Amino acid sequence: MFNDNDIITKAAKLDIEKIRSDFPILQTLVYGQPLVYLDNAATTQKPKSVLKVMDEYYKEYNSNVHRGVHYLSQKATDAFEVARRNVQAYINAKHEHEVIFTKGTTESINLVASSFGKRFVKAGDSIIISAMEHHSNIVPWQLMCEERGATLKVIPINQKGELLMDEFEQLLDETVKLVAVTFVSNTLGTVNPVKEIIDKAHAQNIPVLVDAAQAIQHIGIDVQYLDVDFLAFSGHKMYGPTAVGVLYGKEKWLNEMPPYQGGGEMIKTVSFKKSTYNVLPFKFEAGTPNVTEVIGLSVAIDYINATGLDYIREREQQLIHYAIDGLKSIAELRLIGEAKERAASISFLVGNTHPFDVGEILDKQAIAVRTGHHCTEPLMDIFKIPGTVRASFAFYNTEEEVDKLVKGVKKAVTLLS
Amino acid sequence: MTINEKQDQIIEDFELFNDWMEKYEYIIQLGKDLPLINAQYKTDDNLIKGCQSRVWLHADYQDGKLFFTADSDALITKGLVSMVVQVLSGHTPKEIADADIYFVDAIGLRSHLSSTRSNGLLSMLKQMKIYAIAYLAKALQ
Repeated sequence: MFNDNDIITKAAKLDIEKIRSDFPILQTLVYGQPLVYLDNAATTQKPKSVLKVMDEYYKEYNSNVHRGVHYLSQKATDAFEVARRNVQAYINAKHEHEVIFTKGTTESINLVASSFGKRFVKAGDSIIISAMEHHSNIVPWQLMCEERGATLKVIPINQKGELLMDEFEQLLDETVKLVAVTFVSNTLGTVNPVKEIIDKAHAQNIPVLVDAAQAIQHIGIDVQYLDVDFLAFSGHKMYGPTAVGVLYGKEKWLNEMPPYQGGGEMIKTVSFKKSTYNVLPFKFEAGTPNVTEVIGLSVAIDYINATGLDYIREREQQLIHYAIDGLKSIAELRLIGEAKERAASISFLVGNTHPFDVGEILDKQAIAVRTGHHCTEPLMDIFKIPGTVRASFAFYNTEEEVDKLVKGVKKAVTLLS
Repeated sequence: MTINEKQDQIIEDFELFNDWMEKYEYIIQLGKDLPLINAQYKTDDNLIKGCQSRVWLHADYQDGKLFFTADSDALITKGLVSMVVQVLSGHTPKEIADADIYFVDAIGLRSHLSSTRSNGLLSMLKQMKIYAIAYLAKALQ
């Protein structure tokens, strides 16, 4: 007879088979072997429902939004604005006009760096980032600081890859105009204490931008609870299409910031002497938006909601711990980043092997990982390494795939030593 | 042997392998035959920085021909570097400048020459051609 454990295991197995069948690409064969996709921090795969709605849009109601009088334009506009409300609900924003559609996290951060910078940053001011930021949360601030004569200050990390919060507090002085920090490190998997960071910054009236590109698909985010001023994330890392992202911003900041780009949609009136700007969110959405991708993102959010972020988080935590245990069984393997709180990425190096070599040997075994500096070069300098091998997980991965990774790394080590 | 005869020889050698493991073992082995760059030349000036693997390259000009020495921090790249050096070393600048390196693709390592996967090998080939063109230009003066 079955005992409870058997039943639970069987149910879990059924779940994972059902989930994997929602993602057509997971059935792909690579070099004749089943694909093991462990590059989810770079981009996640897309469920059928997302692919379907994007196809339907072009077949059934492709039309420009917000300005047509005709039926199709109304339908497209409705779908577009439903998507905005869906994003609003997903992050619990107070107002739907606080949700700005962009083409990704990078553009969202550049928008804030540019517009917030113009309005609020002057010579002698400073911006705080952390040592584990992605280039997209470093370079926009550098550009803005150079232009405005401001300086960039960096929160250091410890050897485990955790922020040094005491040092952070010491950086918070009257010159600081904004803190921009990642929620989850794309390289180390560290989950940062963003609530604490926001509270400490707010205690000195300093606003905070959180880069949620690596968090939005793993952790439930409530912008009102966090009281975050800006939140940036990408659609393609949360099972949605590429080329769509979100900038959430508190109404009071967005209203005060000048437009980022000029064009159609973002204006109220235009004359050659002076133009006036549209209300939020349109002020920051110049030109025809990426309608298809926005609608696709909305369905990706539906998919996450139907699956349940709690389930996703639990599955991913099981996979990470299983993977860490497995990888630790490999002699000479060292994890880069051992934070207590972590999300779905694991970076490692084995002995003297070069990450590029290990990645290539894994590829030949149909295992997709990422190698290199992961767009976090300053972080690699801190650890004094050229790069890492990074395996990053999604809830559709399996323990069997983790076993293949561990076996694959062992094979690479044999070949390379 | 001409540059193309050397390339054809490599392609023929690789046809013997039945699986990718054997092929990679052989490539890594070839890395050990690479005429290593003299430590004094292993400088940042001679470093070819790819996104992933790094390659150091030095060229000597003797009796109208170019001879290369090199090194790489990644073993598979080093094996490929070794093959490219073997193919191009000992040829005239004109032959090197005109060479079409097709063996990397033919042995199934095309990704190493893809510009989207910016890495040491592709940049090294470009650098070898730049050396060759520089010596050609000098000869014309």
